[in-house]
Amino acid sequence: MEGVLHQVLSGIASGSIYASVALALVMIYQATHHVNFAQGEMATLSTYIALTLINAGVPYWGAFVITVVVSFVIGLLIERILMRPMANAPVLSSVGVFIGLLLIINSCTGWLFDYMIKTFPTPFPSGPPLFSGYVSGHELGSTAVTLIVLLAVYLFFRHTRLGLGMRAAAFNPVSARLVGIRVGWMLALGWGLAASIGAIAGMMVAPVVYLDPNMMSGILLYAFAGALLGGIDSPLGAVLGGFAVGIIENLAGAYVVGTELKLTVALVIIVCVLVVKPSGLMGRTVLSRV
Amino acid sequence: MKALLEARSLHAGYGETKVLHGIDFAVEQGGVTALLGANGAGKTTTLRAICGMVRTSGEITLGDERIDGKATEDIVQRGVAHVPDGRGTFFELTVEENLRLGAYTRRNRHEIAADFDRMFGYFPRLRERFRQQAGTLSGGEQQMLAIARALLLRPRLLLLDEPSFGLAPLIVQEIFGIMRRIREDEGVSILVVEQNANLALDIAEQAYLLETGRIVISGPAAEIRRDESVRRSYLGY
Repeated sequence: MEGVLHQVLSGIASGSIYASVALALVMIYQATHHVNFAQGEMATLSTYIALTLINAGVPYWGAFVITVVVSFVIGLLIERILMRPMANAPVLSSVGVFIGLLLIINSCTGWLFDYMIKTFPTPFPSGPPLFSGYVSGHELGSTAVTLIVLLAVYLFFRHTRLGLGMRAAAFNPVSARLVGIRVGWMLALGWGLAASIGAIAGMMVAPVVYLDPNMMSGILLYAFAGALLGGIDSPLGAVLGGFAVGIIENLAGAYVVGTELKLTVALVIIVCVLVVKPSGLMGRTVLSRV
Repeated sequence: MKALLEARSLHAGYGETKVLHGIDFAVEQGGVTALLGANGAGKTTTLRAICGMVRTSGEITLGDERIDGKATEDIVQRGVAHVPDGRGTFFELTVEENLRLGAYTRRNRHEIAADFDRMFGYFPRLRERFRQQAGTLSGGEQQMLAIARALLLRPRLLLLDEPSFGLAPLIVQEIFGIMRRIREDEGVSILVVEQNANLALDIAEQAYLLETGRIVISGPAAEIRRDESVRRSYLGY
């Protein structure tokens, strides 16, 4: 029983990472109806930026903030320079750009920071694990950070003018222009925000899985499973789906398939969702009367 | 008196397809102007052209300023509110959020709150539906929401695309009744596009008749109503 509790708690810890990345995926999906396959690599690049800053002597939280801001700018520029010309392109072209971006960023991080696996510092106390051995300091701290991020994102979208404008631009760009919203900039801001959220997820997961250019590829798969499970067009669903996938993955890894086959759990979830309920658990079926 | 909006030899189209072939029209300050015509005459395209939603050539001036070639957002920020074809409802958002979006370009919270109350005066049903998802509203309610959303911009010019479309006659009467009040109270100039020429000529002072992208008749609404060919083709008596 204690073992189960332990697995669930560390499932929540890794689930919070999946939830963040899933949220980043959903944000871009809602605005563009495409899944950004490069989301993981963008987060990895951000994590390398953070590591470079820390190695240069910047204190951890300073590096954290700078990384979040720099990632925001990178996301913004990617939308402005790469995605903007693709706005009216067929789906396959966009998918091509996403995959190209994935490969380019992956190779660039390998080229700039080499392929050696690196350790990444945690800002949280590493002393004896808390709660009599169930949760480590880093697990607790990183879960708290991601929960704060998710809450902040929620409040931003629900209760600010800009957040409302971004949602309007994603749902109905034509009408959004007609109330004076600069839809192009809203898309770019969405990309920036998604990149920042991914950066935080990367920095929080790196101390656990270690940093290398392919760090996020598995995590992106779990996050994608989470987003699909919750409903790819529902931010709340994606977050809950991310947590669910974290817990399922840990339990299945410990008791069912073993740790080597854990990643297949994500694929099984993806297939099951697509077969059984393609809209996901909380995917919205929009009601409309005419 | 100088017109609020003036279009001179306005051409517009979609890609290779030309829809408007050089039309001239004006919307007087504080008045209601009707744009009549059959399906496919170019009425909706004319409104889209004013808002920069389609490629145009020719000249459009709002007040003293050229607005042709500007981005839709910039034209809207200059006080042009457009209730589009299909009403432009944000289905996924609540009625409240739809209305807030109408006031997106404005900053003064007190004024916006006062305007919300005024809109509830015109459309009490929107207050009842305030927290509801806008996609669940009936067609008539969505039309009311669209007009309220447009007025919350505090526009100088209101463009209405077929406000009667797809609505029951009673609802249409209600909405046109409210539009008369709005014209009195808000001091906004209105350009209304209608297939239902009777309705439009009732509230308009000026009218234009479009046929396949050209204006064939223009003048005071009362005169157009008396015109033999208009009566036979568009008014049905």
